[in-house]
Amino acid sequence: MAASDMRYVDEFRDPEIITRTAEEIRRLAEPHRHYRIMEVCGGHTHAIYRFGLKDVLPANIELIHGPGCPVCVLPMGRIDDGLELGKQPNVMFTAFGDMMRVPGAHGSPLERKAAGMDVRIVYSPSDALKLARTNPDKHVMFFAIGFETTAPSTALTLMRARAEGIKNFSVFCNHVTIIPAIRAILDSPDMRLDAFIGPGHVSTVIGCRPYEWIARDEKKPIVVSGFEPLDLLQSVVMLLRQLREGKAVVENQYGRVVPWEGNRAALAAMAEVFQLRPYFEWRGLGFISQSALRIRDSYSAWDAEKIFDVAGVRVTDPKAAQCGEVLKGVLKPVQCKLFGRECTPERPVGALMVSSEGSCAAYYNYEHRKAAASKNDLAPV
Amino acid sequence: MCLAIPGKVVELIEGLSNQAVVEVTGVRRRVDLGLLQDDMPVPGDWVLIHVGFAMSKISEQGAEEQMRMLRMLGEDQAAMDEVRGYGLNGGE
Amino acid sequence: MAHGAGGKATRRLIDGLFAPLLLEAAGAQLADAAQLEVDGARIAVTTDGFVVTPVSFPGGSIGELAVNGTVNDLAVSGARAVGIVASFVLEAGLPTDVLEAEVRAMGAAARAAGVPILGGDTKVVEHGKTDRMYITTTGIGRMLPGLTIDPNSIRPGDRILLSGPIGDHGITILLARGELDLEARLQSDTRSVFPLVEALIGAAAPGLRWMRDPTRGGVATSLNELALDSGLSIHISEEQIPVRDEVRGACELLGLDPLHIANEGQFLAVVSPELADAALAALRAAPGGEAAALIGEVRSEPAAAVLVTTRYGGTRIVDMLVGDPLPRIC
Repeated sequence: MAASDMRYVDEFRDPEIITRTAEEIRRLAEPHRHYRIMEVCGGHTHAIYRFGLKDVLPANIELIHGPGCPVCVLPMGRIDDGLELGKQPNVMFTAFGDMMRVPGAHGSPLERKAAGMDVRIVYSPSDALKLARTNPDKHVMFFAIGFETTAPSTALTLMRARAEGIKNFSVFCNHVTIIPAIRAILDSPDMRLDAFIGPGHVSTVIGCRPYEWIARDEKKPIVVSGFEPLDLLQSVVMLLRQLREGKAVVENQYGRVVPWEGNRAALAAMAEVFQLRPYFEWRGLGFISQSALRIRDSYSAWDAEKIFDVAGVRVTDPKAAQCGEVLKGVLKPVQCKLFGRECTPERPVGALMVSSEGSCAAYYNYEHRKAAASKNDLAPV
Repeated sequence: MCLAIPGKVVELIEGLSNQAVVEVTGVRRRVDLGLLQDDMPVPGDWVLIHVGFAMSKISEQGAEEQMRMLRMLGEDQAAMDEVRGYGLNGGE
Repeated sequence: MAHGAGGKATRRLIDGLFAPLLLEAAGAQLADAAQLEVDGARIAVTTDGFVVTPVSFPGGSIGELAVNGTVNDLAVSGARAVGIVASFVLEAGLPTDVLEAEVRAMGAAARAAGVPILGGDTKVVEHGKTDRMYITTTGIGRMLPGLTIDPNSIRPGDRILLSGPIGDHGITILLARGELDLEARLQSDTRSVFPLVEALIGAAAPGLRWMRDPTRGGVATSLNELALDSGLSIHISEEQIPVRDEVRGACELLGLDPLHIANEGQFLAVVSPELADAALAALRAAPGGEAAALIGEVRSEPAAAVLVTTRYGGTRIVDMLVGDPLPRIC
């Protein structure tokens, strides 16, 4: 049974070219220099582990996992608020699969489902809207998460809901934006970083211009990267070249998909439906101004926070949990006191252990039982 | 964040604006093209799919150029290794 | 709820609760079937519950799963099934034609497998108490003569054999539920693997150490169980693992790993290195075994773990899942 290649995927997984690119990286990396490169996006964290890329990078290149995991940065209180909405009579709680095992103070969505709440997994916000159309006796609430990659799709869905006059649908909006998160990282006194691997799919929406201040003001090179092994390795090559030359500019490695100017229609949809919240709480990073989206007044009829009473609970993580520091890349997962003990994928304390992009889950599932722990993972912070 | 996969636009859906059937190695799904209205894809085009929406058209030229650059990476070095192997620089 | 998914939670339930309280006589390792001697005859017996929804799906239905699943549990224990009894729990509102279809499907599967259904029981419960119907089958088999499968004899260097492409069943079910709006020309791989097991035994019995059918929880779960039980390490090569295009496409789209997806017509075997090639050849020559592959080998490190390697030297650990695999968008 000969499997066909997946186009635009398998070329970028070519083992021979990967091996040669890894050799180029070893040639470019100055032997006495220790490189600290942050990949902002959780999808990149997942890809790095899935493809075993740390095995092909030299030991003096350290990849630091950034906060670009929209599930991980959501404070527990928001999950509890969403689940409270789900308890209302005739409400159907819909969300992406990523949310289903995230622990709230009184259980995760899946646990609530077992206890009788109507909880459904959807692949797309448009699937949630479809459930509203086909279940007129229910109110379908969509727990929206994601960075700028996902927000335009939620926006378009709300525009459709309004155009079709669908009344039994609402969105509990937890969309966040990436630039404030990167700013918070760079402002953090504990961080020492040399360069950034920029989020590839967020950039299909916002383009590459929003990162220019990182190169210009912070003097850090940033390469917007794709998600296949060759994309990530090529991005590392590009970063190493910049660092060798003492350059700091924004480069687009993912040009086959990322337009430098971004996606006008997507940005327009977002502007039509959303506006920035004055501030929003991020797990581990605290309150950040202008970092999250809320639904505009013109769409309040579909805003779950307007339709229902949202308690606005603030739930602090258990004292011993160090989700914040791990999110910022200050600590490695294994350095959190709860890692592998009180906090495991089976009994997660925080979202970083649940989300497939969370560095703790990635570390636990992929790394911690490898016999030879690499120097990168145990290097002092 | 952002699991997004390349898929081929197979057919536009009659009567529904901005909806198309997209295929990823034999798996088909309805995808919303609303974010690409400035430059609508046609059947045969490849798009990047995320949560059931097309985010971007994939540039075949862009992909090929990238592959060319990647292949050259190793080839330059392979050529250099070969020359070095001639021993002209004595023990480099 | 996560406990039935076949991964870590199931194992904890078994190891932590059922085994110590109920299974004193079972011995150290829980296998797919229990073995006992009755007046000199080596008998295997197994039981399994089938709770799938929807009850009918491309390539099969709950009735076929119930027959093939039990036949397969016996087969991978080295036994030829000689009879099955079935117990039905039905929802009061179940349409008769649905029930009839299932009973017919079971009859057909039993005939195809050459295993008679000897009897059974039926109970009806209130509407809303089950997802329409549950079936439990108990199978009795005769251990194949001269065969000793001893998992304790597994050594570093032993090879891992897989009978065919993975993920067909689980993805078919996921798509059949209709919630994800995906379409693919895919069907469940449910079938009796006994003929393939027989072919394998014919070619490689002296070198056959272990077999398992990777149902719920997928190949990852079965290999992790092997690693945990033996304390050894399993290294599999990503590019050797047969996966159909449609399964791969669905997994990429949904962010799933084919290694975690259920199979109902495949099995894994550990074979000594000397007999591995003969074993593979025997499977490939048998009807339905054309896509069989040697996917990896046993090593000593990292202990009790399963590692997947790529051709360029990248590695990742593959673990048992906590519950069912969930689609993701991140």
